[in-house]
Amino acid sequence: MDALYERPKSLTNRATAYCPGCLHGVATRLIAELIDELDARADTVAVLPVGCGTLGMFHFNTDIVVSPHGRTPAVATGVKRSAPEKLVFSYQGDGDLAAIGLAEIMHAANRGENFTVIFINNGTYGMTGGQMAPTTLVGQKSTTTPEGRNPAETGYPMMMCEILSQLRAPRYIARFSLDCPANVIQAKKGLRKSFELQRAGKGFTFVELLSNCPTNWGLSPLECLEWMRENTMKAFPLGVFRDRED
Amino acid sequence: MEKKFLKGNEAVAEAAILAGCRFFAGYPITPQNEIPEYMARRMPQVGGVFLQGESETASVCMVYGAAAMGKLAMTSSSGPGISLKAEGISTLAGAQLPAVIVNVMRGGPGLGTIQAAQSDYLHATKAMGHGGFRVLVLAPSTVQEAIDLTYKAFGLAVKYQNPAVVLMDGWIGSMMEPVTLPEAKEPVKNAYTGWGTRYYNPSGTDVDVVTSCLLEPDRQELLNIHFGEMYETWARDEVMAEEYMLGDAEYVIVAYGTAARAARTAIGSLREKGVKAGMLRPISLYPFPYDALKRLDKSRVRCILDTEMTLPVQMKDDIRLGVTDAIPVHSCGRSGGVVLTNEDIEDALLRIIEEEGK
Amino acid sequence: MKITINAEFCKSCGLCIDVCKRDVLEIGPETNSKGYRAVVAAHPEHCVGCSVCAVMCPEGAIALKK
Repeated sequence: MDALYERPKSLTNRATAYCPGCLHGVATRLIAELIDELDARADTVAVLPVGCGTLGMFHFNTDIVVSPHGRTPAVATGVKRSAPEKLVFSYQGDGDLAAIGLAEIMHAANRGENFTVIFINNGTYGMTGGQMAPTTLVGQKSTTTPEGRNPAETGYPMMMCEILSQLRAPRYIARFSLDCPANVIQAKKGLRKSFELQRAGKGFTFVELLSNCPTNWGLSPLECLEWMRENTMKAFPLGVFRDRED
Repeated sequence: MEKKFLKGNEAVAEAAILAGCRFFAGYPITPQNEIPEYMARRMPQVGGVFLQGESETASVCMVYGAAAMGKLAMTSSSGPGISLKAEGISTLAGAQLPAVIVNVMRGGPGLGTIQAAQSDYLHATKAMGHGGFRVLVLAPSTVQEAIDLTYKAFGLAVKYQNPAVVLMDGWIGSMMEPVTLPEAKEPVKNAYTGWGTRYYNPSGTDVDVVTSCLLEPDRQELLNIHFGEMYETWARDEVMAEEYMLGDAEYVIVAYGTAARAARTAIGSLREKGVKAGMLRPISLYPFPYDALKRLDKSRVRCILDTEMTLPVQMKDDIRLGVTDAIPVHSCGRSGGVVLTNEDIEDALLRIIEEEGK
Repeated sequence: MKITINAEFCKSCGLCIDVCKRDVLEIGPETNSKGYRAVVAAHPEHCVGCSVCAVMCPEGAIALKK
């Protein structure tokens, strides 16, 4: 009996610390699968954020460096520049990357740092109970936009792929969604391409993964997937925004 | 033992490299700019990494990443930038990572002035960030001492797996003095000994989990207790101070860094006038030399003059703790970047003596 | 086709059931130590080994063997 699918070894052997049906689990699993497939477990450094992404401490069976909130790209810069042979990824949520850490992501991208940023966009601050994030949609309720996000007061969702693709240095920038198997498989291809570009020393790669937050969206895991298709995926078009050849 | 004529900031940078530092990240701020500038030239020559971060916050986090990979890493700044590094330094301490932070002090608070001052004593010695952690704080008063203390700071940082701070001021950073350089140490990968791994990946023998986030309160408490014991070890083993003409002193000046240079001159002049003045010069500001103060002869020493390039003076509470208020402590200083002269100190002490006489 | 579901890791989120077009999977009767009713392969004979259930599982709790 050959295996059609088995649990990646780069995942520690325990249930996730994420909420039931949270797509952080899928993202974490995809990364672990790729680390196995690239036979990189002993050479991988996961640079983790502050937020639900911190829970990756329990899950990545690799070297892990937990960063202060928003500073993952800077920490990953220090890691990768000190250990270029490592496969380094910076795993971040939308509050971490697009709010407090916006300067860090812009400058790591602008320097063309040779690591992969994996950006989980679920439109909320999950860990802290559902506050507005830079990616919260217009009209979307949160604990800090009880009447729904009002652009007149708090602006519009930040389009990180589009923003970063104004910079020359980044090598690959793409946005995927984790709302269904077909899209998850595409996302894995994008992640694989990023890791391979990194290992070939081709510079900065960025993968945005549209995700959910059952707990703070107040929806069941299944309802979240529907909501993502009706709202998140309309606000954030999928696709490849940068794929430089040279 | 190479002899050179070096500017303080550059001397500190070279000392770091000789100590085995191979990663520097920093950001422009007067009066420490020569440190990143020197590192920009020098690090590539020794196969090290120089990075100008987009902010001091980012720079200290780059240092954190490098330290997590076992590199000896350093950042430098001045007051406002050091404030921006607070969370990063706290995270270095919480994750039990060695690093050296150089603060070339200037007038403060806020933007303050770019001229030299000693405005960050409290920040350095009491709380460089949240969480109750401490750092070793070493204060040079000459360019040679800046070299020796930076060199030593790396050793201490690795020994205790904790950040160490070199606290100097713009004077020492920008003056040039003849120096002798120490032996170059080969950079060695610092094995990570932080507690994260045992909690998060106990089975993963070949992985390090570098984190200051232990999540469980009982684990965090154990680590906090461990830190407390470490700080007591510092107080026992790592105190450094210079006692200058204290043997028969009736008036004791307590001063560090550049202020101690002016005090040394003032003592010479006072001695010529028959005033038995002496100085206690703390070199390690944390751990503070309380014992040296306790040993002062209370029947002979009439008062202590806390002399600093900042007002109000910031060492006073520690001095009073050292002498348990058995000896009156007066203060003397200039601030905001105004130059503290030996005359300032002499006049202050003579006024006190005159007051005593009444 | 052999499907094994790690009952302890499963959080009964139902994503696998939703994506399986062959109605192989169901919320099982047993609750695991965390109190979740783990998914079970109620109709393994329908399974064609497409693995979309495993692709969608946030817990990596599903393994498939031919």
